[in-house]
Amino acid sequence: MDASVTLKKLTEKFPDAIVGTHNYRGDDTAIVKKEKIRDICLFLRDDPDLLYNFMMDLTVVDYLGRDPRFEVVYHLYSLPHNRRVRIKALVPESDLTIDSVVSVWVAADWFEREAYDMYGVVFAGHPNLRRILLYEGFEGHPLRKDYPLKKRQPLIGPVN
Amino acid sequence: MGLKLSRWTVTRNVLGGKAEGAGPERLLDGSVILTRLEAAVNWARKYSFFLYPFVTACCGMEFMSVAGPRYDLDRFGAALPRFSPRQADLLMVVGTISHKQAPILVKVYNQMAEPKWVFAFGVCAVSGGFYDNYSVVQGIDTLIPVDIYVPGCPPRPEMVLDGLLLLQQKVKQERWSDWPRGEAPVSRC
Repeated sequence: MDASVTLKKLTEKFPDAIVGTHNYRGDDTAIVKKEKIRDICLFLRDDPDLLYNFMMDLTVVDYLGRDPRFEVVYHLYSLPHNRRVRIKALVPESDLTIDSVVSVWVAADWFEREAYDMYGVVFAGHPNLRRILLYEGFEGHPLRKDYPLKKRQPLIGPVN
Repeated sequence: MGLKLSRWTVTRNVLGGKAEGAGPERLLDGSVILTRLEAAVNWARKYSFFLYPFVTACCGMEFMSVAGPRYDLDRFGAALPRFSPRQADLLMVVGTISHKQAPILVKVYNQMAEPKWVFAFGVCAVSGGFYDNYSVVQGIDTLIPVDIYVPGCPPRPEMVLDGLLLLQQKVKQERWSDWPRGEAPVSRC
């Protein structure tokens, strides 16, 4: 299948950082190493042929038992070109940090806080990396696959 | 259960000519009603609830239904929702309570003046319901005392009315010594 403009330019620009690409049924996807993620995002935003100026979603997937265990997934949209791309950055359990992209898209702020809250991925350079949905004092990260189903948090009341 | 409005009944029957009353009411020509102050106060309280609707979830729609004209909670003297806990004496916990919200609920409860009652509306407030997970309080009775549990997801309005009538029965049987209950028995909030 022909690579799209986005994937072609991305592979030319960052040959070392791209682990793999595909555009299955027209959905551009690039799997990248986490070290260059901020540069990749800046390039996607600023290159005149790409102009991905809209960060639609940022989330994390936990592939328990695989190495690297986590994937940080960015969904981007280019309003000028009406194109979308999905970037997956691989994050191993041994080093749970990845560069924040808040300086690229301000919209990433609360997404990254939620990802940190639920999965414990640390976004280096985030201006205010605190829990957003859960409360201070919550132990663990509940959307990880190994979070105990029946775990109770020591917050309030005798039973909860 | 020992406390009953038996003298009310006697007086009513005497006044209605249904029975030969032997009590002091008859001696006073039926112009007075004798009862125990506790019973009279409880009678007044049970027909005059002021609700504080702590509505957090879909049960709120059922609450609106039961509070509206079709099912009409007003028939039982529990019509007027007060949106300040300091003016309310019946805390209606309607919906799911998350851990993050628990301190708010406890604070609202503690702000209410005594005597006060708590109505757990819907299965989430009763036990957490099917939200047996990391974020939801497994029943508000782990935080504050609860008087009436009405399960259901959501409960039918008839169930809510039934619960309110049961609460009225409970209030009728209360003693002075039941009050005050004091602060909510939780360690942290």
